[in-house]
Amino acid sequence: MQDRARLATSPPRPRWSYARFQQRLAPYVFTSPFFILFLIFGLFPLGFSLFLAFHLWNPLDGLGNWRFVGWENFALALGPTDQFWVALKHTVWIGLLSGIPQHLVALPLAFVIHQFLRRWQGSVSTVLFLPYITNAVAITIVFGMLYSENLGLLNYLLHQIGLGPVRWLAVPQIVPYSVAAVVFWRYVGWNVILYLSGLQAISEDVYEAATVDGASSWQKFWYITLPLLRPMMFYAFTLTIVGNMQLFEEPFIMTGQGGGSGGAALTSAMHIFNTAFRDLDMGYASAMSWLLFLAIFVLSMVNNYLFSRDGGRDV
Amino acid sequence: MKKSLTLVLASALLLGSAQAQNVTLTVAAFPSLDSAIKAILPAWNKLHPNVTIKLQAQEYADHHNAMTTALATGQGLPDVMAIEIGFVSKFAEGQGLENLDNAPYNAGQYKKLFTPFTIGQATSSDKRFIAMPTDIGPGTFFYRKDVLDKAGVNPLTLQTSWESFIEGGKKIKAKTGAYLINTAASINNVIIRTNLKPGEGIYFDSKNNLLVGPDNARFVRAFTLSKQVRDAGLDAKIGEWSNEWYDAFKKGTVATQFSGAWLQGALQNWMAPDTKGLWRVQNLPEKGFASWGGSFYAIPSKAVNKQWAWEFIKFMTLEQSSQITAFKDNGAFPALLAAQKDKAFSEAVPFLGGQQARVLWRDAAAKTQPIDVNKYDSVAEQIVQTELTNVLEQGKDIKQALSDARAQIARRAR
Repeated sequence: MQDRARLATSPPRPRWSYARFQQRLAPYVFTSPFFILFLIFGLFPLGFSLFLAFHLWNPLDGLGNWRFVGWENFALALGPTDQFWVALKHTVWIGLLSGIPQHLVALPLAFVIHQFLRRWQGSVSTVLFLPYITNAVAITIVFGMLYSENLGLLNYLLHQIGLGPVRWLAVPQIVPYSVAAVVFWRYVGWNVILYLSGLQAISEDVYEAATVDGASSWQKFWYITLPLLRPMMFYAFTLTIVGNMQLFEEPFIMTGQGGGSGGAALTSAMHIFNTAFRDLDMGYASAMSWLLFLAIFVLSMVNNYLFSRDGGRDV
Repeated sequence: MKKSLTLVLASALLLGSAQAQNVTLTVAAFPSLDSAIKAILPAWNKLHPNVTIKLQAQEYADHHNAMTTALATGQGLPDVMAIEIGFVSKFAEGQGLENLDNAPYNAGQYKKLFTPFTIGQATSSDKRFIAMPTDIGPGTFFYRKDVLDKAGVNPLTLQTSWESFIEGGKKIKAKTGAYLINTAASINNVIIRTNLKPGEGIYFDSKNNLLVGPDNARFVRAFTLSKQVRDAGLDAKIGEWSNEWYDAFKKGTVATQFSGAWLQGALQNWMAPDTKGLWRVQNLPEKGFASWGGSFYAIPSKAVNKQWAWEFIKFMTLEQSSQITAFKDNGAFPALLAAQKDKAFSEAVPFLGGQQARVLWRDAAAKTQPIDVNKYDSVAEQIVQTELTNVLEQGKDIKQALSDARAQIARRAR
């Protein structure tokens, strides 16, 4: 009773106190910049592009002047003659041409560096990593000069051994290989670094035990390195799939906005960019962006499925 | 008396402060129009010392992307917006620019002062006039006189018909080894742009009917002649704005080039300055006249200083001295008819071996017909170019290519 009386007469707690703010609100205030930026630059564009995918909108008409068209944009993209399919086919083809060799080269290369070039690992990695951090414009200009039909180094070398000039960036059948070579060159180092870090995570004990058991280098690679590298391979493959499906800079700068001769290097991302900013058809471009997202999602799932089969359940 | 004097003094002070009020006018432009503006600025500053021009120049594509975004959101718009020919029809179809026919601009009275076809280019399909033309690019036919002389080919025979153009090309190739043209695709580009009937655009007519197709004689001829040139091995298969292109100009390995008159300035200044005196120009084959470039100024509806923006645009486009300054600065061919009568136009062009080329270009510009533009022109252009490459590089049947192009464009033009 006495207690209750005292409670009733005790002064009310202040509404705002620094200590209370510190405890309860400060964490939210300090983390809020991320959420605010994410809302503005992450979530809003995502939602807006989903909204636009169902509308016909020319940006020059200003905000608000859009017309609801339902699934028309998606139907248009998925129509049999549309360039969406052509561009997607180019993207996947260039992606395969550059992606598969990337891993076929990067993995053994990382193994060799890890096993035999320990002392030089730092400098070798740096050299391999340089293309990845070099500006794409600079790279494509240099390759443009290498590929040049009359003035290029490649055709000069071919000429020296008596072969005719190859139109590297002009014949539609050759263009995907020329672009894929640049993409391969640019990202192979990145994959080597990924695999190297994966290799370093494998305990030396395993290799020592194998050596004691008389395993050869090849056996060590096949039975120890490869299985233990699976998580890193899964990660590297996923990055390659996502990156190659969104390929834009290299073909755009080397072959121009239209994807060069016959549009042979017109990738999905370039087609979306052209539709949005040259043709000013934002709705159609947004619909294609979502379809591209779906394609990347499906391919990533296939990759996931392949890796989680036979013994890789822990991935 | 004293009271009224104070009143007079006070009002004079007010007026003075109003006149001295400084205005900053933002002008967004792209190269090399920005260089022309800079050259004209001293004259403007002398006339309007209180109006400061803030020039925002970006690369061609960046500028037009930025303007597209600004018009879409209504944010960050300049007072004066420069627009290049490649974008003017799209910008005209949008609703974000002032209709200059309306008051207070009343631009209708000035239209007859400009080269006629440019007015059509800046007019939307619902007849709004959204931009004032400042420079134009008359289409012309460059050729290497030395190469043609060596081959014994009279340049006029190349001009008579497309068939004689190809025949001449064969002779040039046989005698000198030089190619007739950089790429067979440029023949297509000239043919589909010239000799259009009234009410016809390149890809669509004025009623939005699609013209591309296997039954359209213009496209069939353009594709057929391009293929003939490719099959005869007369084109060097090199794209424009490539190192090979510049190299061909320097070495004379390509005998002719269709282009806007502005190519002369580019050749002289940086592409092939050492070939001075070797080039000549004439009109396009089969009396084809075409517009090959041009720039415009527009006022966004949400601009802050519309009144001064209009004064500035008038100064850039209607003042003969400004137009001549731009012409002398970077060869921007005046859209203003009066400026084309300047004595600089009858002067010989040393780079073209002393030819009076500007008179020829002036006549070509006067004969160029307005072309109806369509907002799906860029879609059609890309699809037609791709199908043409299929014909040239992969031997696709011409009728099939054109009907495929027709189907693809029809789907996109909604």
